[in-house]
Amino acid sequence: MAARRPDVPRATADPPAVRRALIAIALTFLALFLFIPLIAVFAEALGKGVGQYFAAITSSESLAAIRLTLMTAAIAVPLNVSFGLTAAWAIARFEFPGKQLLITVIDLPFSVSPVIAGMLFVLLLGIRTPIGGWLDDHNVRIIFAEPGIVLATIFVTFPFAARELIPIMQSVGSEEEQAAIVLGASGWQSFLRVTIPNVKWGLLYGMVLCNSRAMGEFGAVSVVSGHIRGHTNTMPLYVEILYNDYQFAAAFAVSSLLTMLAVATLVAKYFLERRVAPQVRLAAENQDVMEAAA
Amino acid sequence: MSIELRNIRKTFGDFVALDNINLRVATGELLALLGLSGSGKTTLLRIIAGLETPDAGEVLFHGADATTRSVRDRNVGFVFQHYALFKHMTVFDNVAFGLRVKPRVERPVEAEIARRVHKLLTLVQLDFLADRYPSQLSGGQRQRVALARTLAVEPKVLLLDEPFGALDAKVRQELRRWLKRLHEEIKITSVFVTHDQEEALELANRVVVMNNGRIEQIGTPEEVYHRPATAFVHNFLGNVNLFHGRIENGKVYLGDTAVDVDRAHASASGNGKAVLALRPHLIEIITRPNGKPSFPATVISVNPAGPQVKVELVAEWGDAVQVDVGHERFDELAIAPGARVFLRPKEEKLFVYQI
Ligand SMILES: Nc1ncnc2c1ncn2[C@@H]1O[C@H](COP(=O)(O)OP(=O)(O)O)[C@@H](O)[C@H]1O
Ligand SMILES: [Mg+2]
Repeated sequence: MAARRPDVPRATADPPAVRRALIAIALTFLALFLFIPLIAVFAEALGKGVGQYFAAITSSESLAAIRLTLMTAAIAVPLNVSFGLTAAWAIARFEFPGKQLLITVIDLPFSVSPVIAGMLFVLLLGIRTPIGGWLDDHNVRIIFAEPGIVLATIFVTFPFAARELIPIMQSVGSEEEQAAIVLGASGWQSFLRVTIPNVKWGLLYGMVLCNSRAMGEFGAVSVVSGHIRGHTNTMPLYVEILYNDYQFAAAFAVSSLLTMLAVATLVAKYFLERRVAPQVRLAAENQDVMEAAA
Repeated sequence: MSIELRNIRKTFGDFVALDNINLRVATGELLALLGLSGSGKTTLLRIIAGLETPDAGEVLFHGADATTRSVRDRNVGFVFQHYALFKHMTVFDNVAFGLRVKPRVERPVEAEIARRVHKLLTLVQLDFLADRYPSQLSGGQRQRVALARTLAVEPKVLLLDEPFGALDAKVRQELRRWLKRLHEEIKITSVFVTHDQEEALELANRVVVMNNGRIEQIGTPEEVYHRPATAFVHNFLGNVNLFHGRIENGKVYLGDTAVDVDRAHASASGNGKAVLALRPHLIEIITRPNGKPSFPATVISVNPAGPQVKVELVAEWGDAVQVDVGHERFDELAIAPGARVFLRPKEEKLFVYQI
């Protein structure tokens, strides 16, 4: 591959003026739609003083929303990461009937509107459905209760880890795992000592993405929650309630927490991507070399 | 430990990768599986290791059936073609891996592991690289780390898939000699795969020549080279001219030329189609027939660069022929392209294969 030399104008290069104009437009756009709102969130949140800000985020309703959000993420993320690992491993290592279907189905939550996903759960488990009714008879509430929120969150976040891990697992290949087994490792030892370290950055990346979506999900959760204050409110839902109550400062205070999560996610994403991309590229190159040698 | 394969068959879908493989590897032997790419060598090696299950047939280790024994329990060492070193571990940790994953009761203490790893790294002359990662090593160094890692668990059988395949010629030579010495030292039953005939002939005690999932011949390097059992082996081990003809009443007919097959080496009884194999240095060029069997040919080109003069000819019946002649003899002959000459097989090396 020829090294790219930016100082040599290429035939396809645009004149400098055009380039500068394009960059300016992109940056202006970013400023208008990203940075200004971002600053506005914090400005609004702190508008009535730091004391008010902390009062807003430490109110009992707010704490309940934070607690529910954290709990939901604490269930959804490990579950989906385990699922993602298993699915990616199966897809990358084995040929089985229905493999293509599985790959497609994993993407389903991406293509279904979250609101519809929430409705699916209501239609399936609502109190007037056979399953929901039966559960209700046994004093188990799913819809309009925490389990529903957790279920809906799991549904909308389950592609993240799998999507991230499938290409990595495929490009890393199984030779190292086989080497581990021949050296006497059990399947579990090989998984822990060889497979996981080989995909760890992708795994972490998937976790970060999954977590940010789990904490930020609104649509699906909104449908199944029933908006019971201090009970079935996650942070995004609580923000909406506060906002509708004209408690703007409090709404923005809680929003600022979610915003900080988003920024932290972006930072983590930036660093993890730099780890993951070379890994996949390197593995792909190795594969090319092997194929060329074979 | 000895290895025995009985009637091994392996298919991938409709494709028959191995068919009716029977093979015995004696204890302490260094055996080469030689064949073109795609002939099933790797598959056979993986079946011995237990990484692949045969569709039919048995694998015996030391006389005991091991066909269903798991990879972990076979106590084999496998060096992968592309080494399969653990990328995220140092050289030291790679070599220590097999010791560290042992069940607690068998696992040596860390100090003992360190001692053994350093001893092995010294054996493969890489102790100074213990803290490096695989990506920081050259191909030859990676190969030796892979070997040390395999030897760490003291396998009873060593299986090597194209151990020198990915290395450049000079390193390959060195490693080859080094592996031979190592094998003489530790006398572990070893099977290695190669598509390089020179490598097989130089290193192995015995060579198994494979073709299209079947064994063509098993023998010492001497045997497979000088007494090839089939036209394929003859062709594969060194340059050879193959002439297609037919056998009739004890004579091989190449076009209209009859060649006596009394002296023929391989099986050539009965009538039918046959292949006559002649190595380029075992054909004599003469300018006029001298009563012994010979056939006419025309010189096409002459290449005197090299230890022998390479003469390209075309036989009367149309087959291309390559002949190697010594420089002295060539000067005597004084032939140039276009010259009409006669080719005489040097007697004891006439091979005819019925097909
Ligand atoms: N897992 C597999 N699935 C399908 N075909 C395979 C598989 N492994 C090997 N083969 C086929 O079997 C044949 C023999 O392969 P291999 O044993 O790797 O040959 P060699 O090592 O002699 O080059 C090849 O044609 C290859 O394509
Ligand atoms: Mg191979």
